Amino acid sequence: MSAAPLFLRDPRDVGGPAQPLLDVRDLRKHFPIRGGALQRVVAKVHAVDGVSFSVMKGETLGIVGESGCGKSTLARLLMRLVEPDSGEQVFDGEEVGSARGISVAGLRRQVQMVFQDSASSLNPRMPVQGSVAFGPRAHGMGPAESVALARELLQQVGLNPALFGPRYPHELSGGQKQRVNIARALALRPRMVILDEAVSALDKSVEAQVLNLLRSLKQQMNLTYIFISHDLSVVRWISDRVMVMYLGEVVEIGPAEQIYTAPRHPYTRALLASRPSMDPDHRLEEPPVTGDPPNPVNPPAGCRFHTRCPHAEAVCSARAPRLGLTQGARDHHAACHLHDPASGHSLAMVRH
Amino acid sequence: MPETPPLVEVEDLTVRFVTRESTVSAVNGVSFSMAPGEVLCMLGESGSGKSVTMRALMRLLPPRRSRIEGRIRIAGQDVLALDEAGLRRLRGGIAAMIFQEPMTAFDPVMRVGDQIAEVVALHRGASHAAGRRRALELFDLVRIPSAQRRLDAYPHELSGGLRQRAMIAMALSCEPSLLLADEPTTALDATVQIQVLILLRKLQRELGMSVIFVTHDLGVAAEIADRVAVMYAGRVVESGTVRQVLRTPLHPYTAGLLASTVHDQPPDQLLSTIPGAPPDLRALPPGCSFAPRCPRTISDCTLRAPEAVQPAPGRLARCIRAQETLLETA
Repeated sequence: MSAAPLFLRDPRDVGGPAQPLLDVRDLRKHFPIRGGALQRVVAKVHAVDGVSFSVMKGETLGIVGESGCGKSTLARLLMRLVEPDSGEQVFDGEEVGSARGISVAGLRRQVQMVFQDSASSLNPRMPVQGSVAFGPRAHGMGPAESVALARELLQQVGLNPALFGPRYPHELSGGQKQRVNIARALALRPRMVILDEAVSALDKSVEAQVLNLLRSLKQQMNLTYIFISHDLSVVRWISDRVMVMYLGEVVEIGPAEQIYTAPRHPYTRALLASRPSMDPDHRLEEPPVTGDPPNPVNPPAGCRFHTRCPHAEAVCSARAPRLGLTQGARDHHAACHLHDPASGHSLAMVRH
Repeated sequence: MPETPPLVEVEDLTVRFVTRESTVSAVNGVSFSMAPGEVLCMLGESGSGKSVTMRALMRLLPPRRSRIEGRIRIAGQDVLALDEAGLRRLRGGIAAMIFQEPMTAFDPVMRVGDQIAEVVALHRGASHAAGRRRALELFDLVRIPSAQRRLDAYPHELSGGLRQRAMIAMALSCEPSLLLADEPTTALDATVQIQVLILLRKLQRELGMSVIFVTHDLGVAAEIADRVAVMYAGRVVESGTVRQVLRTPLHPYTAGLLASTVHDQPPDQLLSTIPGAPPDLRALPPGCSFAPRCPRTISDCTLRAPEAVQPAPGRLARCIRAQETLLETA
């Protein structure tokens, strides 16, 4: 028997508050495309290409990017729903999947996920309280106890358990179904929740309700979020730090306020400038960038954004920029030759 | 001031979908008219009836299961009375429509250039070669790079943004006076969405056509609309110029929608929300459909559906307290 702890701390918290809850190094996943009579690999989709970042305990990391940037594949890699080709993933100091570290099953007890499509993530033939109780049941909790827990969780996400618990998914609205999915994700008392476009399918008036709910649950249950979305405004509101991805790579990562008020990477700037203005008297007259994001099957050489970048020079197609600390800002990294004094780009910032 | 006849006139349009189990009241008395060369945004959430109204204008609803009542006139024609031949002339000729998902609007096994040529040949009696020449013109018009080569592409070979441009090209092939755009930029990436919006705005100005643009996104409406009609539970609850509606909303639903849309609110404050959820269209509440969620409800709200009032010139609102709201905001 151990003495009572001085602080009320999660017994699963191994490394203390200074240690990142999640640390990812050089994560990579290429999906092969097979073709021809022999079904040989003819090309590879560079879905996630050498991604590194960490998430501190209790923070919300927002991930933004357009389709094909790899944000959803990244979420699936973090849950090990997809096996990475290479790279390292450390959860609270323990390496995932290694003999001395934490097992994939152990990881999934502590990390849960909420998807965009609220309907297809629920069993249509099971009352929603059964869906919420399913995880705890599978992990050995008794039937009565797990249903009681499910009803408590439904209450916490704002659904009256007596009214909604026995209902089937088709009897609920989209917003209510997404609340059930959140309750289910919380049923195993995870430490981290990955929200992959979790509010994107909801109507605006309902989206705000669910966002407020996510924020209050985070405080109540001491959660850490990874919030993936294409909606830049929503990400700004909910995130402490933001990571911007383009074609499988991280182009910029830093504190949310800095990313939105002083973006460093030309892609981040273009993305932010592409938001509709909300003011009919200040409409955008010219698009910030032209063209579509290139196909991740054969991403451009060098900096992957150079084909659409207004500042592209020869060095940009020759060499890929490294993700480096930007000047004059703490904890704000960008992968752009403009911010590397040694890059040889004519507009590169020269270090003082 | 010379009075130009409206291009589109919709009066008291109702659409019901009837099945054995239930009747869904999707559109419940929509009236509006629009002048030639105007851009009207139909703004609303899912189930508000905006897309059904669009489909009713083109008579695209399944005839056996839908009951359409009211009056629709486009360019002087009574749309609900048209026969098959008249409908063929209307669709693509007078009015054309673009959709959210261009992949489902194109034939996947036919080159896009040939599909456009076919439309031109059908409506104009032109030869296939003349149709292809027209398609090339159109691809240039919608700023598709390497247009000649792109004509021979199959839909799946085009990126999302190019596919949407190609669909706009097809819709414009017979110079319609009215373009119905049903969330055409919703599925596009942010950097591509703004390109297509700016393109549509330029084309609308150059060609002088009228556009009805359906969207759920206030920002999109702010970028493209002259006038806005806000829909809720199958009714237009408020309409006016885009500045009027977005700056001084008269209906509590519009105000709630504006307040709950996340756009640079301070991160340390909770978002303001509209409580509850939109009503079940199989069993609408009596009176104002928004009353159960409305912060300004009074007992009269649930008596009968509020009539449209005109609290200011050019503005309509279906709220019995609209006049009061206007005075408060002024």
